[in-house]
Amino acid sequence: MRIWLALLALLALTGARDPILVPEVSQHEIQVRQGFTGTELLLFGAILTPDGTRAGQDYDIVVVLKGPTRSIILREKRRIAGIWVNADNTEFRSAPTFFAVASSRPIKQIVDDKTAAIYELGLPWVQLSPIGAYDPAEQARFSAGLVDLMQREGLYRESPRGVSVSEQVLYQARIALPSSVQTGSYTAETFAISKGRVVASAISRVEVKKLGFERATAQFAELYGFFYGLLAVAISILMGWLAGRLFALV
Amino acid sequence: MDVYLPIANLSVNGLVIVALGALTGVLSGMFGVGGGFLTTPLMIFYGIPPTVAAASAASQVTGASVSGVFAHSRRAGVDYQMGGVLVAGGIVGTLIGAGLFSLLQRLGQIDVVINLLYVVLLGGIGSIMARESWQTLRAQRTGAALPARKRRHHPMVASLPLRWRFYRSGLYISPLAPLLLGVFTGVLTMLMGIGGGFVLVPAMLYILGMSANVVVGTSLFQILFVTMATTMMHALTTKAVDIVLAVLLLIGSVSGAQIGAQLAERLPAARLRLVLASLVLLIALSMALGLGWRPDEIYTVEAL
Repeated sequence: MRIWLALLALLALTGARDPILVPEVSQHEIQVRQGFTGTELLLFGAILTPDGTRAGQDYDIVVVLKGPTRSIILREKRRIAGIWVNADNTEFRSAPTFFAVASSRPIKQIVDDKTAAIYELGLPWVQLSPIGAYDPAEQARFSAGLVDLMQREGLYRESPRGVSVSEQVLYQARIALPSSVQTGSYTAETFAISKGRVVASAISRVEVKKLGFERATAQFAELYGFFYGLLAVAISILMGWLAGRLFALV
Repeated sequence: MDVYLPIANLSVNGLVIVALGALTGVLSGMFGVGGGFLTTPLMIFYGIPPTVAAASAASQVTGASVSGVFAHSRRAGVDYQMGGVLVAGGIVGTLIGAGLFSLLQRLGQIDVVINLLYVVLLGGIGSIMARESWQTLRAQRTGAALPARKRRHHPMVASLPLRWRFYRSGLYISPLAPLLLGVFTGVLTMLMGIGGGFVLVPAMLYILGMSANVVVGTSLFQILFVTMATTMMHALTTKAVDIVLAVLLLIGSVSGAQIGAQLAERLPAARLRLVLASLVLLIALSMALGLGWRPDEIYTVEAL
């Protein structure tokens, strides 16, 4: 028995055994309904040894929250004959509609570029799956353009010190979602990193859905375009007419 | 007051949108223009996706023109025959516009074309209006009489075959002229989310040579039906009409239109036109800067 404990202590001290992550999200379902102005997700969890005790070692934690992906065309404006026109474009098969990375230290200090690229740690490494064979420089330019655009819209974000780890056990990160998030299934992936190596990872999911009136409206517009249009026209006429009548009384 | 827009997929400050509607409503009541030329760019500037902005602005123009049409028809200010021809052309125009819209979208040049149209149309009409109102103002100040404008239609209109009598407009011209004019404004409505009033009114006066007392009423009549057709077309093709956004805009614009109509009776017309002209020119200028100097965004995303 003593030998086992000694062995365990040894393993724990040298960090030879990989820890496990127990992740949790403050909300598994985000409801988009009237008055929704965005929300803040709290992603937290514990770093443990496989038998459930505290890992007792400093790990770097990176949390990646990724929204549903979609195929897009990205167009680039260039000045031709004095005016700015869309001159060039490229297609991406899996551009995430939302992408946020939070880490306990700046990513560059945690892992090398190769590891960062493999696990999509950081905005330069978002997997966009460009379609067609383009030269790498052009591809990099387009990807950087997309990331910059999405970042300014608040849909791609990076917070280099957004994860706090307390007592080597509990970690937590707050990620803000703007009101313009797309509905669908989001994945929150947590990575524990030690000495530039990813030693553990875990996934939890978050659903973003429209509910009630918002959901009904979106579906109505999508499925019954004709009646939706009629309704819009009827409302406009009615409101215009009503205003005319009301002001005639004043 | 935060309001979530279910089609645009984002939340906006509802009061800002109502205020925007009210502003354009006042303009529409004062000048008989729909005000879409102001709403659409301002909404895009506020962060609403361009397609949703253009699609929803059309229903706001419908609302603002309804009460105007009623008011003008009570004092026999609508030439229904002329209006009917214009509407027929307008509906054909929205069909063509819908085709053009999706073609340009495929080519990826829709935003460039819309900006170009804005610069050319607003710039052109703004300058004409500014010059005219400036001349009127100067004439008022010096007391010199304006050279009387001969009410005559454009020689090209006279050369068209087939002639109809339009009694209320006081015209005996080919219906092809207003039909083509209707088609043109229909295309603009679909592409730019505008009612086309600011194109239609000068065109009716200076190209068709209609008598001035039916111009505004008939233009509103045409705008009413063409924007209705546009809303339907967008609901069926782009599916970008946001009903919550439209209602917010309507609340502002229908009340604004009434206030505008009352203001128009009290304020000096020439000075008002000068204000409208400078507003139109200002928007044209800002769009021109985006085209020629530097656009707001180099990259644009479009879902496949």
